[in-house]
Amino acid sequence: MEERPYHSVRLAKQLCKGCTNCLKHCPTEAIRVRGGRAHILDSLCIDCGECIRVCDYHAKVAVTDPLSMIKDYKYSIALPAPSLYGQFRGLQKPEYVVEALRCIGFSDVFEVARGADVVTRAIREKLKQPGLPKPLISSACPAVVRLIQVRFPELIENIVDIRQPMEVAATIARAEFCKANGCRPEEVGCFFITPCPAKMTVIRRPIGQKKSEVDGAISIMEIYGLLLPYVEKMMKDPNFHPSTKYGVAWSTSDGEANAVCPGNSLSVDGIDNVIRVLEEVENNKLMDLTYFEGNACMGGCVGGPLTFENNYVAKNTIRQMVKQMPEVHPDQDVPTSVLNKYPTKNDEEIEAKDAIRLDDNMQEAMRKMVRMNEIIERLPGYDCGSCGSPTCRSFAEDIVRGYCHEMDCIHIMKEKLKVMAQEMVELAQTKRE
Amino acid sequence: MEPLFKTVYQVAQADYTSAGRASADIKRKLKQLGVGGDVLRRVAVASYEVELNLVIHSLGGELELNVFPDAVQLVSADVGPGIPDLTMAMKEGYSTANDEARSLGFGAGMGLPNMKRNADEFNIESTVGVGTTITMRFHLT
Repeated sequence: MEERPYHSVRLAKQLCKGCTNCLKHCPTEAIRVRGGRAHILDSLCIDCGECIRVCDYHAKVAVTDPLSMIKDYKYSIALPAPSLYGQFRGLQKPEYVVEALRCIGFSDVFEVARGADVVTRAIREKLKQPGLPKPLISSACPAVVRLIQVRFPELIENIVDIRQPMEVAATIARAEFCKANGCRPEEVGCFFITPCPAKMTVIRRPIGQKKSEVDGAISIMEIYGLLLPYVEKMMKDPNFHPSTKYGVAWSTSDGEANAVCPGNSLSVDGIDNVIRVLEEVENNKLMDLTYFEGNACMGGCVGGPLTFENNYVAKNTIRQMVKQMPEVHPDQDVPTSVLNKYPTKNDEEIEAKDAIRLDDNMQEAMRKMVRMNEIIERLPGYDCGSCGSPTCRSFAEDIVRGYCHEMDCIHIMKEKLKVMAQEMVELAQTKRE
Repeated sequence: MEPLFKTVYQVAQADYTSAGRASADIKRKLKQLGVGGDVLRRVAVASYEVELNLVIHSLGGELELNVFPDAVQLVSADVGPGIPDLTMAMKEGYSTANDEARSLGFGAGMGLPNMKRNADEFNIESTVGVGTTITMRFHLT
């Protein structure tokens, strides 16, 4: 049975004014304004969070788990995204943030950067295989993976079948914690500290995995203020084994590509840019490329909609911090035994989520497209959004799909009113016979 | 036989800023119609090549998309200048692209061979001083 769709990105109805800001900025045209408020189309939304950024009324929200959820488990492990480090200006070592997370109530901390180190190795092993599709596409940004499912289903086979750093981190963290403390896995909750709603969505509705290893996602925005005073105290656990600088750099655009395949990779940030480049991949224009890293957010994960710090400042913080870290690559730092011990590969196929086709029957789809083109001819082409669809073209599509009517276009209605008014005048002028 | 769906794009000579728009729209339309997989990829590649050929080599022309129940057809018809030596033109690596096109990364001499490789049926007719017509069919099965 098909699971009910889940999205972290939601609408706060009472705050929505029904303006066209989110409508015009949604990269997958997944928003419509109907009945005076925005609606998000489940089948097209990729949880990138662009609408959260542009809504002046804060009516677009990301649903994440509250910090209090860690009390539902006997033990709780924080899995900080490396982008969390970028939130603290002038931070010298990741350890200070790790210790601060313990101070606010987590039993233990496992860096997702460490998960990224393991994933780096796993992908590098994968790249040794012959006959891989070119380019291999990173699976790290769930918004990009979902974009491919929805809009570029032909490229699903290019997505690397290695799990995300967050998942690998949760698997190792739970296993190691249980071994060290003699407890049962179900007593331990693993919580990702997230920069974005897309990660939250992928925890609830995993892609390529039957079940997520992560139990919840807490937004960076929610705990930033709690962490700050502890981070400033610069405390650290002397026994802590930190991740490599490469793992930390996964938080910024190009960090992953530089760790995985520095020789022949391309990294693109910003969802519209990613779409543009994926179009080229689909046209076989980038067949000489080995690895492609796409980040929905500008600057990479540090630009996530749930972060506190400006993404450029955060990127600089990470860069300065990484400079001080030892030059050790995951190839040397992650033992092969770790790769053999813990699952890093997907256990499910990534499926296409075809939401673009006009009809399941191709002949019917063609009839609809002919009609759509006729409607487009009549529309003014202003792409004003007043009808509630993002462009005149999508409005025509919505009409043939049966969601709205041509008279919902205020410009067509105005024309119609003009004709009617003229007719009224003519009627009034007729003499009584 | 009349196509079930037909659309025509005007492509102007040396209009590099708009180059690729027609093929992008063709790809989008085919996705909406439910054409996918290998055929979509091949049409995408061939339509891009043929559109770029119109921009780079022709004096301007039209690109026509016809969709039949069993095939997708692309017809590119330009108004000149025509190809003097078709055999040479079909060779991989042979190109007559000018410096402007080369400076933009075109002119590898793979356009026509690439179209032929990707289409299930390929036909080219050219008369110097009149123009070139390329017809490609892609089977939908």
